[in-house]
Amino acid sequence: MHNMETNDMIHRETLLPADTVLFNRDTQAIFWNNHQTAIQRMLDYDTLIGRERPSVAAIVSPTSGSRCGKFFFGTSEILLPIYRTKHDAAAAYPRASVLLNFASFRRASRVTRESLELPGIHTIMITAEGMPERHARALKLQARALGKILIGPATVGAIVPGAFKTANIGGTVENILASKLHRPGACGLVTRSGGLFNELAHTIALNADGIAEGIAIGGDRFAGSGFVDHLLRMQRNPQIKYLLLLGEVGGTEEYRVIEAVQDGRITKPVIGWCIGTIARHFSTGVQFGHAGASAGSDLETADSKNAAMRAAGMHVPKSFNDFPEIISAVYQELHAEGVIGDISEPLVTPLPEDIQTALAAGRVRKGTHFTCTISDDRGEEATYAGLPISQVATPDTGFGIGDVITLLWFKRRYPQWASEFLESVIKTVADHGPAVSGAHNARVTARAGKDVISALVTGLLTIGPRFGGAIDGAAQWFRHGQSEEMSAARFVDYMAEKGRFIPGIGHRIKSLRNPDLRVTGITQYARAHFPETRLLDYALEVEQLTTRKKDNLILNVDGAVGVLMVDMWRGLGYEESDIDQFIESGTLNAFFVLGRSIGFIGHILDEKRLNMPLYRHPFDDILYAVPQQGGEC
Amino acid sequence: MAQRAIREFEGKRIFQHNWSRYFGQFKYDFQAASVASGDELRALVGGDGYEWLQGALVVKPDMVFGKRGLNGLVYYQQQQPGDVDLEAAACWIDARRAGTSTLLSGQQGVLSRFIVEPFVAHAGDAEYYIAAVLGDLADVLTLSAQGGINIEENWDRVSSVEIPVDADGETLLELINAAVPAGLAEPQRFALFASDFYRFFRDLHFAYLEVNPFSLAGERVHLLDLVAKVDDTASHLMEDRWGPLYFPTPFGMKAPGPEEKAIKEMDDRSGASLKLTVLNPQGIIWTLVAGGGASVVYADTIADLIGAGELANYGEYSGNPTTEETCQYTRTLLDLMTRSPDPQGREKILIIGGAIANFTDVAKTFTGIIQALREYHKQLQSVGVRIYVRRGGPNYEVGLRNLKQTADALGLPIEVYGPETHMTDIVRMALSA
Repeated sequence: MHNMETNDMIHRETLLPADTVLFNRDTQAIFWNNHQTAIQRMLDYDTLIGRERPSVAAIVSPTSGSRCGKFFFGTSEILLPIYRTKHDAAAAYPRASVLLNFASFRRASRVTRESLELPGIHTIMITAEGMPERHARALKLQARALGKILIGPATVGAIVPGAFKTANIGGTVENILASKLHRPGACGLVTRSGGLFNELAHTIALNADGIAEGIAIGGDRFAGSGFVDHLLRMQRNPQIKYLLLLGEVGGTEEYRVIEAVQDGRITKPVIGWCIGTIARHFSTGVQFGHAGASAGSDLETADSKNAAMRAAGMHVPKSFNDFPEIISAVYQELHAEGVIGDISEPLVTPLPEDIQTALAAGRVRKGTHFTCTISDDRGEEATYAGLPISQVATPDTGFGIGDVITLLWFKRRYPQWASEFLESVIKTVADHGPAVSGAHNARVTARAGKDVISALVTGLLTIGPRFGGAIDGAAQWFRHGQSEEMSAARFVDYMAEKGRFIPGIGHRIKSLRNPDLRVTGITQYARAHFPETRLLDYALEVEQLTTRKKDNLILNVDGAVGVLMVDMWRGLGYEESDIDQFIESGTLNAFFVLGRSIGFIGHILDEKRLNMPLYRHPFDDILYAVPQQGGEC
Repeated sequence: MAQRAIREFEGKRIFQHNWSRYFGQFKYDFQAASVASGDELRALVGGDGYEWLQGALVVKPDMVFGKRGLNGLVYYQQQQPGDVDLEAAACWIDARRAGTSTLLSGQQGVLSRFIVEPFVAHAGDAEYYIAAVLGDLADVLTLSAQGGINIEENWDRVSSVEIPVDADGETLLELINAAVPAGLAEPQRFALFASDFYRFFRDLHFAYLEVNPFSLAGERVHLLDLVAKVDDTASHLMEDRWGPLYFPTPFGMKAPGPEEKAIKEMDDRSGASLKLTVLNPQGIIWTLVAGGGASVVYADTIADLIGAGELANYGEYSGNPTTEETCQYTRTLLDLMTRSPDPQGREKILIIGGAIANFTDVAKTFTGIIQALREYHKQLQSVGVRIYVRRGGPNYEVGLRNLKQTADALGLPIEVYGPETHMTDIVRMALSA
């Protein structure tokens, strides 16, 4: 029989007329501002109490690009729609009757005013602290005129245990269970303060059987709804058997409750207390507590109100510290009279734990799907191979761009001779004019009106075995020759047998007599700074032989870069197998790509500056060897 | 805090700054100086716009308390009205600010700011009264043709009218015309002024605005005395209208000390709420409490159990302050607490309290408190302190445990309690130990 009563109690709210209960198990809200933690807390509560549908129907986020947010409901995730305007949200969810206004104090008035005009919205809760008083007053009057309920501003909201709770009220699941906020008790609780609301709900759970409904009306002077508004509704709710009012110094709201008790509109037992008795000891302007809380006259002091409540027959404890006794006494009496029955505590499905919490507490371990060994963006500041960016970025740090490249590409800072060499390579390969295929491609794409990135990519896509790939080739083949201990002459023959041009050998116009100064530059630098230049020496031996056949078969810049990169790595102490890995993974190509991107972008920006029209290759420059009608070419 | 009193000088300055927008058919000559000493007044002579300092003057303290006339604090005559010159005004100012003054209301303090204006002989003109107040459901405008120092004795001649929240210009004038007091030479001009006054009061987010008396001579308005409170939550809307506005400490209350000022600055910068008022630096019980509501309850309880005199401070932190903010707040408190031992040799008590938080991460905020305790543990040990903690909310177990472990390691006596203990019971425990 107790079970049936319990089920009855839990489900009866849905049968009660709308004006006796604030929320029921079907109540849904529109959440203004995508406060993910608060929304998730509401959905966790829904799971805890076994609601069929989530208490949040939609989210309004004016600045969000997303269309949906993911939240846990039960054991899996659901998608909650995100709208840019509340009108859209309300139109999509006409049965959502509550709006939770989490706008900042600057926007909260406007959001509330407009939400009150939405036909489907009946109850609005305002979280913001610092709303101008005139605005708050106007909203209160607007709500009253429309017959709608406004809770706040400056509040955590309200809860109907077993049905619905607003945002963060009640706190964690642990507290909700400890305060029996997951199922209705017999008390109706109204406070100003949100923190003390939570506290008293807990006290009522420890000393009685919990609350059936609770509201924190907020600390502002012009609260959207007052104590008496909610207490009168609770008077009409047969599930609520006694009331608890926690008032404050300041204002005269409590007197309206006293009047209602005196004239019989409230007949249920009321426990009442006003905090702020401290103010009697300080006559001049110490602000205790909330914005609304200062006594403008003797009537508004906590002492006067406590005395008046006592005189009206309300149950007033001697102090806040005596609440447990008085709550227990009132509850026991009503229980003994049979007014309050026994509650059979419902079984609670434990809420699955969040993987984040479990991970943080070390209760589970989870594998990862991705790995990174070069940089870390998780902390206060991202790091390059362990060094915070701010320690390498500016000139005073002594780090150059070459250093940053080596940190991120090789996970260590190369010595100065090497990083400066790499900078020379970048500078040397940066560009080679508009005629080369990559630059040409980039320009053509830019002239098609495409963006920098598209144009850059079309240029980069031509880099390969025929363009820019000679650096790679030179390194591979010269190394091969050297490692096979071929003499320069043998190597030249070997390549000829294979039918291959030697990558890195040959230039359009440069010769030994008319050297490529780019090559001279880096080879001299290497001679002066590298620990060794064995591969360069080998390549130059080869050059001696090839230039005898033709003047222009010199070691070109691609060749020089290729062999010097190998010499550099050898000089840094890498094993040949490491160097194999570098070359196979495309590291040499990467240097070419990095450097040449500078030039390509230059060409692209040049085209954008010139704003030339779409490129079309002239007909007369194309051999059209195409079939005639019906015949072959 | 929402409704805050402003100085008469500022109120008049705001009138002048917005005059043409609201009082098109009237003229107002704002001539006033706000000074802290006789020398400051003397230094203004010769400046642009201060030619009037050569003439007859009237001086009053400008410390957001009223009834200055009844308190004998309006200086405009030595032998005859209008014979106070600059020197006399300066001397009077210096005499008033030496030592404390006690008002009829019992408030006591040092007069430190004064308003000096030209003395206007208006014996012939009537003295009027007008006031507007932000009421619960409507604004109330109060008018009288018999204003001045004795307004309260003539309160039956006062007429009040309620102005509904959305009253338009027409309705406003109608209501006011119906309420204009009898016996006026120019009732329509009076009504027009009253209507302009109300719109000024409403648009500029005043909570209270009283001018008593004012005079209307043709189109010239003299605002002789003014009391005003504004809604400081509207500051962000009223930057241009109010100009830079300072909210003075109420007269009789100790001006904020450097620690309180520092906390106020942190509060202004932060999204969280951080408040500190030092009540009695020699008090035996210091409180570090989360939440505006809980902090009041702890203060109530301490006053009940041991007397308000022993309450060293009132304050609170809430709204999820950062670890750094909580640490700085706690440091400030501990610093004040450990400046000197109790004159009677008793151990001091530190109450670290709060309700069961809804969403503040207790472990996180305690990190700041723990840091500060580490920094001050030697000083805490040297004055002798017992610490009592009670808190609930997200991660409270971790927070309490960390706090206890730290205090134990630092050799600080501590007892920690969670939500199963009644919130204020730790006060009783601390005092009975």
